[in-house]
Amino acid sequence: MSEGSHEVGFRGGGFSPRRVRGVGVVVFVLLVGIAEWGTQAGWISALTLPKPSDVLATFGELISTGRLFDHMGPSLSRLVVGSALGVSVGVTVGTMIGLFSLARAGLVPLVAALFPIPKIALLPLFVIWFGIGEGSKYALIAFGTFTPTVVATYGAVDNVDRTLIRMGQSFGLSWASIVRKIVLPGAMPGILSGLRISLAIAIILLVAAEMLGAEYGIGAYILEAGSLYDLERLFAGVVILSVLGVLVSAVIGLLERRLLRWRV
Amino acid sequence: MELKLEAIGHSYGGTEVLRDISLLIPAGRVVCIVGPSGCGKSTLLRLIGGLERASSGRVLQLGDPPEGCLNPLTYVFQDFALLPWRTVCGNISLVLEDHGIGAAETDRIIDDVLARTRLSDFADALPRQLSGGMKQRVAIARALAVNPAVLLLDEPLSALDSQTRELLMDDLVSLYARQRFTAVYVTHNLNEAVRLGHFIVVLSRRPGQIREIVEIPEPLEARKRGDPALEARQAHLWELMREEAQAADAELVDV
Repeated sequence: MSEGSHEVGFRGGGFSPRRVRGVGVVVFVLLVGIAEWGTQAGWISALTLPKPSDVLATFGELISTGRLFDHMGPSLSRLVVGSALGVSVGVTVGTMIGLFSLARAGLVPLVAALFPIPKIALLPLFVIWFGIGEGSKYALIAFGTFTPTVVATYGAVDNVDRTLIRMGQSFGLSWASIVRKIVLPGAMPGILSGLRISLAIAIILLVAAEMLGAEYGIGAYILEAGSLYDLERLFAGVVILSVLGVLVSAVIGLLERRLLRWRV
Repeated sequence: MELKLEAIGHSYGGTEVLRDISLLIPAGRVVCIVGPSGCGKSTLLRLIGGLERASSGRVLQLGDPPEGCLNPLTYVFQDFALLPWRTVCGNISLVLEDHGIGAAETDRIIDDVLARTRLSDFADALPRQLSGGMKQRVAIARALAVNPAVLLLDEPLSALDSQTRELLMDDLVSLYARQRFTAVYVTHNLNEAVRLGHFIVVLSRRPGQIREIVEIPEPLEARKRGDPALEARQAHLWELMREEAQAADAELVDV
């Protein structure tokens, strides 16, 4: 047996992502550190990239003068109102498509036709319809979040375990009870992952809307900084957007942990 | 309440799955339906409870369901069909919520069925925390909560390992001993059939027809594992089914 014997090698590893803490922060700090070092040492010119420390100083100034809140206030309210409208209508329409064959036959092609339209291209139209004020911005964000929410919702409703619905029917549950207690909770994981995409799109559209006819707002701030080639302020604005994205994602993560505690 | 099946026949598209099934399900008795896989026994159970519409024939309820019965024809499913987002208690209250009975009465019913299925300590557990056997006991508790006139069990023990199956068979027998119920029990396991059935209906391969109805007179409580009389009955049933099972196994599935 000993002749030519060797141990069986392990070959079963990999392909199972696990949680590694702190690496994200390290990558981030490293990138900013390199940028800072390069701009200080001079091998990155001031026109290519602003000094991260200068961006930070601009940011501090933005807070101390209170201008940050002048911009954040309108932006946040637009984001909240617009996406709340789009998401609530989207979930309703998506659920109807999931439940009624007639709604599915009529609305799925319509949604497919609306989805690929770059919503930004419709902004002038919205300005005519809803005015140059807040209305057109709400409409743009609502419209932009509506389509991905619909698609995610009806996909999620389709994926609800049919045996659970059959069970509800076999116990004589009313139609409304089946929808409220079985279909919607069952579709919740899919709806929430759709929400991640919808809200990221909402932030993109928020900036786009504010670049066209807004005095205050992060988009207006970035546009102004960009047209003056004031890179520090431009970057400060971009950082705000990133932070907003991370915050939205964290809120959805919190919602998921709350609502989907029953999952493994 | 009794159930009467009159000349039930059923087809899916062009495929005939059931032909001319006439059967009486007497009150207080357990009728087991056995047959080779694909013979339409689960379909028959869905027809009996109104979850599917038969192509021909009809199912009749003879007499009225008993007092306090919330859902006369109540299923127990093979894959348990518990809502994963509700606790044990919540899964049972689900089927009581639509009936407008008060909170106190709901609690009383839940406590009662949890005690009968020995689940009282697990009222607040989520389904994912439970073993397969426990999940099926929750499903049985949920079915008992609506005080059914006829229980329709669709291979209730088939997703469980054989030890758990033994335990649950004992549970079902003791539940029956405490309070007799009427049941239709679909299974492919002949051992379950001879332990739990008063009547055993043997179906042929597709299209399913009744080949034979075997009556076992011994009371359920008196039947023991490894009882030679039961073994003989099981052997007889296996003889009946063997040919059918072989032929069914060799058929191409084209449904």
